[in-house]
This record gives sequence, C-alpha cells and structure tokens, in this order.
Amino acid sequence: MTTTFTRKPKAGLKQSQRGAEESPLVKWTLIALALAFCFVFLLLPLANVFAQALAKGCAHYWQSLAQPESRAAIRLTLLVAAISVPLNVLFGLAAAWAIAKFEFRGKPLLITLIDLPFSVSPVVAGLMFVVLFGLQGFFGPWLAAHHLKIIFAVPGIVLATVFVTFPFVARELIPVMRATGTEQEEAALTLGANGWQTFWHVTLPSVKWGLIYGIILCNARAMGEFGAVSVVSGHIIGQTETMPLRVEALYQGATEASTAAAFAVASLLALLALVTLGIKTFLEWKQARAEKLIVGRVDSSGS
Amino acid sequence: MGMREKKFNVLPGFGLTMGFTLFYLSAMVLIPFAGLVLRALEISWGDFWRLATTSRALAAYRLTFGASLIAAVANAIFGTLLAWVLVRYEFPGRRFIDGMVDFPFALPTAVAGLTLANLFAANGWLGQYLVPVGIKGAFSSLGVVIALTFVGLPFAVRTLQPVLQHLDREVEEAAATLGAGRLRTFASVIAPSLLPAVLTGFALAFARAIGEYGSIVFISGNLPFKTEIAPYLIVMRLEEYDYSGAIALAVVLLAFSFLLLGAINLLEQWANRFQH
Repeated sequence: MTTTFTRKPKAGLKQSQRGAEESPLVKWTLIALALAFCFVFLLLPLANVFAQALAKGCAHYWQSLAQPESRAAIRLTLLVAAISVPLNVLFGLAAAWAIAKFEFRGKPLLITLIDLPFSVSPVVAGLMFVVLFGLQGFFGPWLAAHHLKIIFAVPGIVLATVFVTFPFVARELIPVMRATGTEQEEAALTLGANGWQTFWHVTLPSVKWGLIYGIILCNARAMGEFGAVSVVSGHIIGQTETMPLRVEALYQGATEASTAAAFAVASLLALLALVTLGIKTFLEWKQARAEKLIVGRVDSSGS
Repeated sequence: MGMREKKFNVLPGFGLTMGFTLFYLSAMVLIPFAGLVLRALEISWGDFWRLATTSRALAAYRLTFGASLIAAVANAIFGTLLAWVLVRYEFPGRRFIDGMVDFPFALPTAVAGLTLANLFAANGWLGQYLVPVGIKGAFSSLGVVIALTFVGLPFAVRTLQPVLQHLDREVEEAAATLGAGRLRTFASVIAPSLLPAVLTGFALAFARAIGEYGSIVFISGNLPFKTEIAPYLIVMRLEEYDYSGAIALAVVLLAFSFLLLGAINLLEQWANRFQH
C-alpha cells in the first residue's frame, strides 16, 4: 500500500471544509426531507406490521401462530431453509475457492453465470422448474410413472428456493477470499498441512465474517421467498404452504380476524428481517473497525 | 473447456471445487434455464408473437415497465438525497437510518406488500388521510409504484454511498475558492461525478422492479388490463395450464432483464473509469 502518499485521515477536515458546505437552512431541510421519507417508507411499514398483528389482542396473536396450518407453515419454512442454505454454502465455498485462488480462462463468464439468478424474476424462476418437472414438463411423465412429485411438493419448493438464493454466499465469499491471497495457505502447505487442514484452519477462519454475512442474507431470502415458491408450491394448506404463502392465504380470507392472523405470521418474518439487519450491521461495524486498525497500523509504521 | 490451472500454484482442490461448482451451477441454474429456452424454441414465431402481444399482456407490460420506471426515478431522487444526508451530515439517528436503509432488502416481499397495502387502504394509518383527498395508494397502479419504490430503495442508496464517501472534497473547496456558489459547485463539480453511480443505482432498482412479484400481489388488486403486472399474468397463465402463454411472457421479461444487465455492466465500467 502506498502509505506515504495517503493524507492524514479526517483530522483537519472540519476547518478545511470552509466554502464546501451547505448553509444550515439547506442542510436541515435536506435532513428533514430524508427523515420524513424514511419515516413514511421504512418505519411506518415496520411499525404497522406489529400494530396490526396485535390489533385483536395478544391472545388472538398467539392463537393465530398456534393454528396447525400456521405451525405447519413455520415448520416447512425452517425445513426449506435448513436444506437450501447449507447447499448454497457448500457451493459458495467451492466456487469461491476455485475462483479466488486459481487463474483460469472463462472466469468472468463463470461469475456472470453465478449471478444469473439475481436477474431472473422469481416467477420466471419458478416457471423454469415447472417446465422441467411439471406434468407437461420434460421429466413430468417419467416422474409421474415413478410416483415422484417435485412440483406442488416440498422438493420443488427447495429447488426454487435454492435457485433464487443461489448467488448470495458465493458473491460475498469471492472478494473476501481473493483479498486474503494464497500466501498463508501456501505457508501452511509448506509446513506439512494437508489440503483439508489448510482449508479448515487457515482459509475458513480468515473468511468467516464474509461467510456469516453471506449466510444470513441467503437465509433471509430463503425464508422470505414468495414468487418462485408460490409458482411451484400448489398452495396445499398444511403441506406445501411456507410462511409467506400462509400470509397470503390468510390475507385473502379478508375478515378482520384473518387479516390480523396474516399480520401475526408476517410479524415473525419481520422479526427475522430485523435480526438479519442487526447481525449485518454488527458485521459491517466489525469489518470497518478491522480496516481502521489496519490503516492505523500502516500509518504509524509508515511515518 | 480450456480451463487451465495457473502454473506453479501449489494449492490443492482446484479439480474438486471447480468440478462441484460446474456441476451444481448446471443442475440448479443452467439446466432449468435451458429447459425454459428449449420449450420457448418449440413455439412457432407466429404463436409466440400472438401469445406475447395479447392486449392483456400489452397492458401488463405497460404497467410493469411504466411503474418500474417511475419507481426507479423516485429511487434515484430519494436515494441520492438519503445517501447525501447519510454521508455528509451528522444528525441524531443517522446510524439507525443508515442501518434501516437495507430493511426493504431484508424484509420478505410478501410482508412488504401486506403492510404497505394495509397502510394505504382506506382505513389504514396513511390511507385514512390520503383516500379522502383522492390519493388511492392501495389496489391501484399508484400502489404498484409505492411497493416498487420500497423494494428498490436500498439499491439506489447503497450504490451511491461509497462514491460519495470517496469524493475528493478538495475539488469542492477549490471551486468555492474560485468563487463558485454552493449550488453551482453542486451542479458543475459534484453532480457530474455522481452521475454514473446514480444511473447505476437507477438501473439496478429498475431491473429489480421489473421482476418483482411478492409485494405487488398484495397491494395492486391484480385487475386485468388495469392493475395487473406481467409476472402476475405469467402466474395466471400457469394456473390455466397455458404453458406456452406463460413461457412467451417469461421470455419477454427475461430478454428485458438481460438488456438491463448489459446496460448495468456498461454503466459500472463507465463509473469505474470515472473514479480513477
């Protein structure tokens, strides 16, 4: 790093900013506008979820969650995430290792293909699996002959979820693994560690925060996916209804009680979002602190 | 495939990890994708054109693309405002707001649609004031715009924030020293260097909005010809077991997404060149 040319960070900034700042009136108007926007578009929707969930009282809230249909939906959502997230973690680790630690032709193409699911509408993603495994699909007749069900069953939901959450872990891991380089692994190998030991004791600890970041984003999307899952699920109550689909079914009930129940299930998903955000913010704070430490160390050694 | 290991790379596991990567990528993404393309190719041109351009489909595209465009513009404007305020100013609650910007990204779309529909409905917290003055934010095309603005917001803010952070303030000071007012400095010094990032954020929000389904189902009312978006029409076609109809619409959406993806890549290249 070119430490000698970096300016002293931030210390004297306040004074040298003269003339490069807005008048207080402009500044506070902009802040007020931004806060108003955040209030209407972020805070009100969040508060509304919990307010509506509890609109019919705590007893109704617990009852809505304790309904067998809702409990089945919660179980299914957990099951689907428990299968699809580890699969994508395994893939993310393998892909990041191959892409970050080795040079080969076609790498940019591979990265583009890994990102592909992000640019496909969830509904179209679901449609792809219907085309493959649905009754009129490529493997439909064969599956029917062998009494196997993928579409309108749990395997289809898992496949659709894997597809829409496919890039999350790989995408977070590739830059982190690339940044750590290969020197530490090479040192470990030279000292006699085998490949797996090197991976477990050297690579994995150095990318663990990036990995956790990828996992929580992947998990949030896996538990919350609606479009793709909706296309392949068949909406069989108690069997192929995930939490987001349960929310929709309750909402379509269109009575006050069932709307409150829809919000009760939705409140669990909103909690999941808040926990995800909390962990995400914590990880970013940790990373920023680590970077500051490195910059500080480099600065003091450079001067 | 012509993939060769770098010479002298002593790390093990390339064959294993690359093999698994290609296998998993093929099984989970490429084969499903190829399946859709193959089925689409079985449809004759005439049929494809007829299925993809029914008047109901045209109305759905109009709403999807129109509402996505408006939402992306709104995101570009408010996203820029938010990013600016978060990077440049200190105020109480700044960190909290900064964390909350990702909320739409973390919240399942079904929950977003549910709560927004409820907020803007005639008896909702906002709807009770807005509906009497003629602003129908739920079960209308305005509702579609509101939901799409919600889901697209993080893209606009998060694309712009790092660029703003790394903007060299000395240039602004120089402009001020040379007698430029703050507005002029913004228009002729700051705005041009932010433009590529603002456009990238706009395109990302737009691309996300085109495919959005979950939140819209709840808030739009899904009336054919009026508040029905293209992804919803795909679902309707599937429920009628009209696979060809669904596939034709999906191909149109996919083609548009890929065009946008190409545009975003070009924009990012441009933005990178701008920064160095």
